[in-house]
Amino acid sequence: MESATPTSEQKQAGVRRPMISKQLRKDLRAYLFLSPWIFSLLVFTAYPMLASFYFSMTKYTVLNPPRWIGLDNFVTMFTSDPLYWRAVGNTTYYTLISVPLGMLVALVLAILLNQRASGIGVYRTIYYLPSLMPVVASTLLWMVLLDPRLGLVNIGLQAIGLPRVGWLNSADWSKPGLILMSLWTGTGTAMLIFLAGLKDVPRSLTEAAMIDGANGWQRFRHVTLPLLTPTIFFNLIMGIIASFQVFGPAYVAGDGGARQAGPLNSLLMYMLLIYRNAFRFFEMGYASALALVMFIVLVLLTLVVVRSSDYWVHYEVGRR
Amino acid sequence: MGPSASQTAVAATLRRRQQTRRLAGGVMAHLLLILVATLFAVPFAWLIITSLKPLNQVFTDPLVWIPDPIMWSNYAEALTSPAFPFLRLLGNTLFYAVAATAGTIISGAIIAYAFARMEFRGRDLLFGITLATMMLPGIVTLIPTYLLFRWLGWVGTYAPLIVPLWFGSAFNIFLLRQFMMTIPIDLTDAAKIDGAGDFTILWRIMVPLIKPALLVVGLFQFMAAWNDFFNPLIYLDEAAEYPLVLGLYAFRTRFGVQWHLIMAASLAVTFPIIVLFFVAQRYFIEGVTLSGLKGA
Repeated sequence: MESATPTSEQKQAGVRRPMISKQLRKDLRAYLFLSPWIFSLLVFTAYPMLASFYFSMTKYTVLNPPRWIGLDNFVTMFTSDPLYWRAVGNTTYYTLISVPLGMLVALVLAILLNQRASGIGVYRTIYYLPSLMPVVASTLLWMVLLDPRLGLVNIGLQAIGLPRVGWLNSADWSKPGLILMSLWTGTGTAMLIFLAGLKDVPRSLTEAAMIDGANGWQRFRHVTLPLLTPTIFFNLIMGIIASFQVFGPAYVAGDGGARQAGPLNSLLMYMLLIYRNAFRFFEMGYASALALVMFIVLVLLTLVVVRSSDYWVHYEVGRR
Repeated sequence: MGPSASQTAVAATLRRRQQTRRLAGGVMAHLLLILVATLFAVPFAWLIITSLKPLNQVFTDPLVWIPDPIMWSNYAEALTSPAFPFLRLLGNTLFYAVAATAGTIISGAIIAYAFARMEFRGRDLLFGITLATMMLPGIVTLIPTYLLFRWLGWVGTYAPLIVPLWFGSAFNIFLLRQFMMTIPIDLTDAAKIDGAGDFTILWRIMVPLIKPALLVVGLFQFMAAWNDFFNPLIYLDEAAEYPLVLGLYAFRTRFGVQWHLIMAASLAVTFPIIVLFFVAQRYFIEGVTLSGLKGA
């Protein structure tokens, strides 16, 4: 009896073992392939996210270990840091104008490029080329173009009877200057994405509308535009996220924001405020709190856009 | 007979009118295309023109469109200036861009393969997390990540800029996985029956088949590293270690008003990227279009 049991157990184990270990071996092999990614998710995403909650409730100047101060950073931010509201105002101004304007320009350019004209590829290249320029180089170029006294833009404005403005040297005009720059450098990608969206609009639909007597505008408004809403949706979210985190142009044009970012801090964007606190003053706790607020606002804003998409984004035809 | 003749006449007029309208439309379209192209090209032309001017012709009224004399020497002066050691900066940039690109492609292919072709428990969950991190604004991880690299003693080196990319990045994993899903399963299954392991299948079958996607991913990573300003700014502190864009910024801080030299240096930093664009234009536009697909 005693000797029979082990053999049957051995037998059972012998049958069962490869079945368990086959699945297990599959899992192990897959997780071996995935191990760098899991490491990355833990170390470069999960840990920093959790840590940023902790750091945002400390005073941490790198030299001394972090000291817990509860919500003080947030109180300081909202009540006694005048630069905070300055940065919020500047970033909101920049986003509210540059995102819709940039999308409109990108869409118009894409429509222009969606025509059947000779040499269209050359135009596409010319429109896209500025997007390739490193941001430091394009900002330096625009500092020359926007020179308040003798810049090309001002002399051009004067030639068509408009007044010259101070652009980056004036508190009122520095942000419009930055937005003008962003239209030149930042619309290329959105333009190409719109162009791909336009190419996906089935010709049969616009032709059917034409036979029904719809004019160009009606065809665009009632056929093309609804089919383009998923693309608009995508560009809108990407545009908001990018413009909230605008840094390079403001940093370069505002001379590094050492003392001031642009005249009267008019170019002090939110990212610049974070940068200044973290890497100039080494106020890591306060900077984490700033970053966390920006993160929460961005997530909420994205959710609002996603929610609203039920009302204006049409998926029915574009899906194949 | 009468009515039908007048009908043809009307039809002919209509057709003629339509033709003229189409022609006028075509001319209008081209005029618009050219006008916009001019608006986009003039700043670029101004970059080239200014880079070839003597300093006293940079800001003038009336504008100087053709420099006199044409100062080719600006380039020699800017690129050999001790404040802008071009070759050294170029070497740094190439090192960064190549290491970043290699890491992205290699890790991306391995990780995407697991998602596309391997069966394991927790796959959907892990893929869901991957998609979620794609939407995550990077800002929230910035400071703890910096502190982590500082603690490791990596600040002042390129390691914080390169090492994370060797562990994969969400969007590239997603993109490569989507591509691998389009490869017929029979191809990889046949190899599996012949006894090939996953690594063999990945390198011998998958990688050659998804080469265009790998090129797109690599191209974008290369460009991102070349143009990266923020990460070098916060992680590097020795001027000799700077990549080109940061060197360009430092050059401008040192030579504030020498705009002719600054423009020459700016063009030198931009030029290689434009060449790369023309060489790989097809993959490029495909890549931008693909990045839009996840939304549409």
